[in-house]
Amino acid sequence: MTLRIIDRIGMGFFLGLPILWIVLFMLVPYGVLLTYSFWIKSYPLFEPAFQFGNYLTLLNEPQYLSVIGRTLKIAVIVSVTALVLAYPFAYFLVFRLKNATIRKVLFFGVIAPLWVSYLLRAYLWKTILGTQGVLNSTLMGLGIIGEPLDVFLYSQAAMVITLTYIFIPFMVMPIYAALEKIPRNLDEASADLGQSSWTTFWRVTVPLSLPGVVAGFTLTFCLCFGDFVAAFLVGGPDGLMVANVITSQFGAALDWPLGSALAVVMLVVVLAIISLSDRFEQRAKVQF
Amino acid sequence: MADIALTRSKPRKPPLSIPKGAADGAFITYASLLLAFLYMPVAILIIFSFNDSRVLAWPLSGFTLDWYRTLFANADLLEAVGNSFYVATLSTALALCIGIPAAMALHRFAFPGKALFRRLLLLPIALPGIVTGISMLNFFNLMGFNLNLHTVVLGHATALLAVVVIQVFARLQRLPRSLEEASSDLGANALATFWYVTLPNIKTAIVGSGLLVFVLSFDEIPVTFFLTGRDNTLPMYIYSTMRRGVTPEINAVGTLLILFSVVLILLAAFLTRAPGRKR
Amino acid sequence: MAAIIELDSISKHYGPVVGVNHVDLAVEDGEFLTLLGPSGCGKSTLLRMIGGFEVPTAGTIRIAGADVTAAPPQQRDVNMMFQDYALFPHMTVGKNITYGLERKGIKGTAARDKAEAALELVGLSGMFERHPHQLSGGQRQRVALARAVVREPKVILLDEPLSALDAKLREQMQVELKHMHEKLGITFLMVTHDQTEALVMSDRVVVMEAGEIAQDGTPEDLYERPATPYVANFIGTTNFLSARVVARGAGLVTLEAGNQKLKATDVMPLGGQAIGQIGIRPEKMQILKDTECRPANVLPGTVVETIYQGLALRTVVRISSGEEVLVDEMLRQGMLHSDHPRAGDPVALGVEPHNILLFGAER
Repeated sequence: MTLRIIDRIGMGFFLGLPILWIVLFMLVPYGVLLTYSFWIKSYPLFEPAFQFGNYLTLLNEPQYLSVIGRTLKIAVIVSVTALVLAYPFAYFLVFRLKNATIRKVLFFGVIAPLWVSYLLRAYLWKTILGTQGVLNSTLMGLGIIGEPLDVFLYSQAAMVITLTYIFIPFMVMPIYAALEKIPRNLDEASADLGQSSWTTFWRVTVPLSLPGVVAGFTLTFCLCFGDFVAAFLVGGPDGLMVANVITSQFGAALDWPLGSALAVVMLVVVLAIISLSDRFEQRAKVQF
Repeated sequence: MADIALTRSKPRKPPLSIPKGAADGAFITYASLLLAFLYMPVAILIIFSFNDSRVLAWPLSGFTLDWYRTLFANADLLEAVGNSFYVATLSTALALCIGIPAAMALHRFAFPGKALFRRLLLLPIALPGIVTGISMLNFFNLMGFNLNLHTVVLGHATALLAVVVIQVFARLQRLPRSLEEASSDLGANALATFWYVTLPNIKTAIVGSGLLVFVLSFDEIPVTFFLTGRDNTLPMYIYSTMRRGVTPEINAVGTLLILFSVVLILLAAFLTRAPGRKR
Repeated sequence: MAAIIELDSISKHYGPVVGVNHVDLAVEDGEFLTLLGPSGCGKSTLLRMIGGFEVPTAGTIRIAGADVTAAPPQQRDVNMMFQDYALFPHMTVGKNITYGLERKGIKGTAARDKAEAALELVGLSGMFERHPHQLSGGQRQRVALARAVVREPKVILLDEPLSALDAKLREQMQVELKHMHEKLGITFLMVTHDQTEALVMSDRVVVMEAGEIAQDGTPEDLYERPATPYVANFIGTTNFLSARVVARGAGLVTLEAGNQKLKATDVMPLGGQAIGQIGIRPEKMQILKDTECRPANVLPGTVVETIYQGLALRTVVRISSGEEVLVDEMLRQGMLHSDHPRAGDPVALGVEPHNILLFGAER
């Protein structure tokens, strides 16, 4: 590409600040995070070292592995649940709803909760699922149960409901966008070629919307994987997530190096998922 | 000249499909249920903020505004609200100052490392806030910085930058390149072109993303949790009261927060509407 | 007349891809010149380099004698009418037009008066306060022209100016733009892929092929005396027959083509290349009736099919060599479809020596 001098100056102007920011507040901090993960806990905080003790602790003490395993499990369940709930909704909006205004309103209705405090959306479920909460009192009022049950709150099911509730807009958005990009006449072409609408859906619509599904899944999975608020509010000891363990290392346990090692694990998992989904998206990308 | 045989090879099977009406009925029911799932809890929150019992359970015992009165008498809470406004305003300004040029660079230029630049810029969208929070905490700790509201602002700007980049970049992509070319063709230098042509056309994306960043920063927990010093923002204050369990005061704060979000959504819708423009 | 734009060995490479290859061209002051070619032939790139939107890899561009090769668009005394018009959607029609004046320092009522005059020129008086989205496609196009004209540039560049209009309006605008050019006296440099547009509007047409100039001439030159089969094929329709020279002399060349001996006027400068094929325009051949006197060349054949085109009747004939040729005849009064030879009928085609185009060997 041939660039005039003035373009080069312009490019430096536009790129300078963002690059500086990325380096100073992302790359350098990630580097520091990695460095700390090799240090040793010692009074009052830690001392520099280069050793893999923190990572070995994570591998050897079963509680850490089980927390990581549980976090992965919950993130997968939430992502799948959100996908199953979001896809039909987005499909209905894009392909079945004729009225553009209603389509906009419904889409906005699902996206709007993003503007509402995330903490609050987790808290909602605490009030609903609690022993003295809305669900118990409703069931008692209906005569279904005789006394309040404490099984609803502080369970993995509560985590899944809460996290799905919080992250479903992130699933709807990319799927909706992907479906909207599919030319409508492909549907008609497929019907014209004698395919039933069921076949059309699976052979045409679903493959073409896969990039959106992957993007939504990635987003939901990564955000779930790093969440500590839902577990704090509705998870209980049984719903402890990696992020909760990290916060306690930086809080009461005062083991920053171990916490950093866990954060590095989280960063690596997230980066791996993102690059996997990127690769998948590249392959699934179609030009219309 | 070539004779194309216009005969159909086989009579077509009528496509098998569920009757349209029935399917649509099912979809409408489903969409309603999903929206109910999203909004029922919110409604419950609001209802109980006016209920005169400390216990959040049916049946409702009576109407009261006491919980709201308690809020307005709570100095810590009011200070936290002030802090949140301060943080959200600064973070939004910073995110815009960095995000707009970044989006312009992504849109306009080809340069080595562009793919990496783009990926890093957008990373915080999918990266849990806790990673941003902890890595910046470690960094500030190493540098010997004291934690205060300004470290929170830096954290929020970093985490929310991507919101601005995504929205402004998407708008720029929809803007025909020829508009900027026409401007320079008509004698405008790069600055005039940006000011008179590019900026007015991406204005709504800037306003929209700015408001969203403001709201997200106002409500932010994971980054704030690690980067704040002695000062509490509103969500941090609520978070700490939640340790003590469910209380109607939280419902009252929550209701006000939702009201605030609704106001901002309406503001965004109003400011980003395209007056009389058909697109 | 003096050259207003001079291109000196202009090339543009995109990595290994050559977009424009060593083009030399002089645009005369006041003429209407068209760059014609299929998409990807480099014509738009050439125009964009003249406008300053792209920088040539090699070569120099001079406008009114000054070297502007590296100058950005705002420093060039030319204005472009964009394919999508590129009207600023957030400004009124008036603001769109005064935009270029304000950048020159002309403001206030002076700018407004000039803009009103430009609007009147394009027949849109009273549209000053409208927004672009309130205008029809044809009106937008006029605003784009007014916006370019108002700055009184030395040259107006038109990038596929009519491609966004429907067929009827396009035909009308062709004539209107041509009149506008005559009225203004400014040089127009247009790019199009539409041969009719080029023939109707231009004083001179430059046909481009794969980044190079294939032929440069008046519309009549290009149609009547295409230099290469590429030009003959791109402008109008041409029947090509492979041919071999049998004898040459006295301004006539005798060829063997289509299993017949044909005589052709020996005028085509082939640059020393041997004649390898001939071209005959479909309307330059007739289907001979018995009563007519025989022309110099006759090609016997059989009708394959006839295609009714309203204005003309096209007959597809397989001549004795097995090659198929098209013959177009104007449908004048009294000539009925039913009189005409049908598929399977034997016919004889007549063609005069000066209507045979001589080309080098097939590529």
